Amino acid sequence: MIENRPFLNLLAHLTLMLGVAIVALPVWLAFVASTHGPTDFMSGTVPMWPGPRLVENYSRLLETGVSTSGTPPVGTMMVNSLIMALSIAIGKIVISITSAFAIVYFRFPFRNLAFWCIFITMMLPVEVRIVPTFQVVADLGMLNSYAGLSIPLIASATATFLFRQVFLTIPDELTEAARIDGAGPLKFFRDILLPLSRTNIAALFVILFIYGWNQYLWPLLITTSADYYTIVAGIKRMADAVDGVPQWHLVMATAMLAMLPPVAVVIGMQRLFVKGLVETEK
Amino acid sequence: MASITLSNVGKVYAGGTRAIGDVNLEIADGEFIVLVGPSGCGKSTLLRMIAGLESITDGEVRIGDRVVNQVEPADRDIAMVFQNYALYPHMSVRQNLAYGLKNRRTPKAEIERRVAEAAEILQIGPYLDRKPRALSGGQRQRVAMGRAIVREPAAFLFDEPLSNLDAKLRVAMRLEIKQLQQRLGTTSIYVTHDQLEAMTLADRLVVLSAGRVEQIGTPLEVYRRPATAFVAGFIGSPAMNLIPARAVGHLPGTAHAGLVGIRPEDLTITPEGNIEMQVQAIEELGAQRLVHGLTGGETLTVTMPSDMPVSDMLRLSVRREALHLFEAESGRRIG
Repeated sequence: MIENRPFLNLLAHLTLMLGVAIVALPVWLAFVASTHGPTDFMSGTVPMWPGPRLVENYSRLLETGVSTSGTPPVGTMMVNSLIMALSIAIGKIVISITSAFAIVYFRFPFRNLAFWCIFITMMLPVEVRIVPTFQVVADLGMLNSYAGLSIPLIASATATFLFRQVFLTIPDELTEAARIDGAGPLKFFRDILLPLSRTNIAALFVILFIYGWNQYLWPLLITTSADYYTIVAGIKRMADAVDGVPQWHLVMATAMLAMLPPVAVVIGMQRLFVKGLVETEK
Repeated sequence: MASITLSNVGKVYAGGTRAIGDVNLEIADGEFIVLVGPSGCGKSTLLRMIAGLESITDGEVRIGDRVVNQVEPADRDIAMVFQNYALYPHMSVRQNLAYGLKNRRTPKAEIERRVAEAAEILQIGPYLDRKPRALSGGQRQRVAMGRAIVREPAAFLFDEPLSNLDAKLRVAMRLEIKQLQQRLGTTSIYVTHDQLEAMTLADRLVVLSAGRVEQIGTPLEVYRRPATAFVAGFIGSPAMNLIPARAVGHLPGTAHAGLVGIRPEDLTITPEGNIEMQVQAIEELGAQRLVHGLTGGETLTVTMPSDMPVSDMLRLSVRREALHLFEAESGRRIG
């Protein structure tokens, strides 16, 4: 902003604070709930400040899990989620960057057709094709496996499209200079394209990791064995206590734990992420 | 080091458009050749065909005594300097220089020696560990040339390497390129649309128009005896006056010509002059001035010393030897 008036500054800050409050309040409530006993939230008044049972609740979750809901210890679910999110993010990046490389840098018959076929899959998100996808995964015997959790979600038109756009901004002369410098296609890919798309890869990784981590419907559908429960689907199972009141303090504690890895990824890769989204100079 | 020979080289694009037609050119070892022409004349395409970046549809390109039509650019033993430098933005200057050598599995010590040598020649030693984006335009240009030098190739190919630089730097780099080429003695082909750059750099000029060679010759030959009206109008600054012969029919020897060419600097102002010019505009250049006017309904430009008074009507004369006569339709020189 060019203007610098105290009143406008105050207004801007108030707006921002309001925004933060709207976003942060539920998180704060979840945290508060996770530090209280099982009955405190049912008593009629919602406590606003942390209670005394922080250590007790979290250690119970991490060590034994919530036996009444049939979910494994939170640690197992976190690892499952991590494996799934990482496989999806890395798998998507690897597949889409190589297919974008093929589409942009090689002339082969039906190249455009191939691109448009990939592009069209953007119109078919997981939810739309979930029944046939389930059928395929079941027929391949991939129910209750890490492969079943991640592979169907790996193919990504969005990422392919993004990398295609990135590659199109790389000047032709650079490709030609590399050709004259004796770099074959694979060397060019490794030495020039990968380093130049580093920030885009990072930005995409952040987005895809969170996408993978937050997957809910698909893991819920194909995992029946508790060994493969992911944390996001696990929270749902915990809240669905069959006989009795849901243990909200534990559900909330699990939610808090489930938030940590995505937050860590975002904070850790913040600088690259922003660079990857705004950088235009190549 | 090698000679380069183009025999009947041509290029037709898939759509049937002819970009280059029937170019014959013998470049001696160590020679500095400049391809010059207006934009769209095919000079860059021709260079890229020699580099191997464009396919050759007709004829043959030889580097040394090897036909290279089907040889990959990396194996043609050439190095190219691009207009926008095409430096690898994520590599330091040192890595930029070394990349081509590394891909050829040159021993480490040898790479280091050559990089150090090129850095010394081009005075880019202090920047070796910087990234290209931290360099100025002129420095990037040097690095781009360094990348060519370290390869010690048979030929350098320059594709308008100076057109991204400002005017002053361009003149300085022009001289440097010339001196560098003389020092290294490497065969060089240089593409430019700037006729001044072409004149100052070239051992021999190749003037191109619409994919065809108009004239090949030393800068002075081309300047003194342009082979076609196109060359006459393109080479030399200010441009040669090209006037239909009927407008100056009273000049000796112009009877059969279609076009008469007179360089502005060949016209002298004398009271006895037999060309009358009505002055329309004057451009001051400092040491001299350009006077534009009309004679017999045709525009004419003349240079004159800036201390000479200008009147509305000037009488000009020209020596017979300074007249360039061209055929009307083909534009070919006839005298």
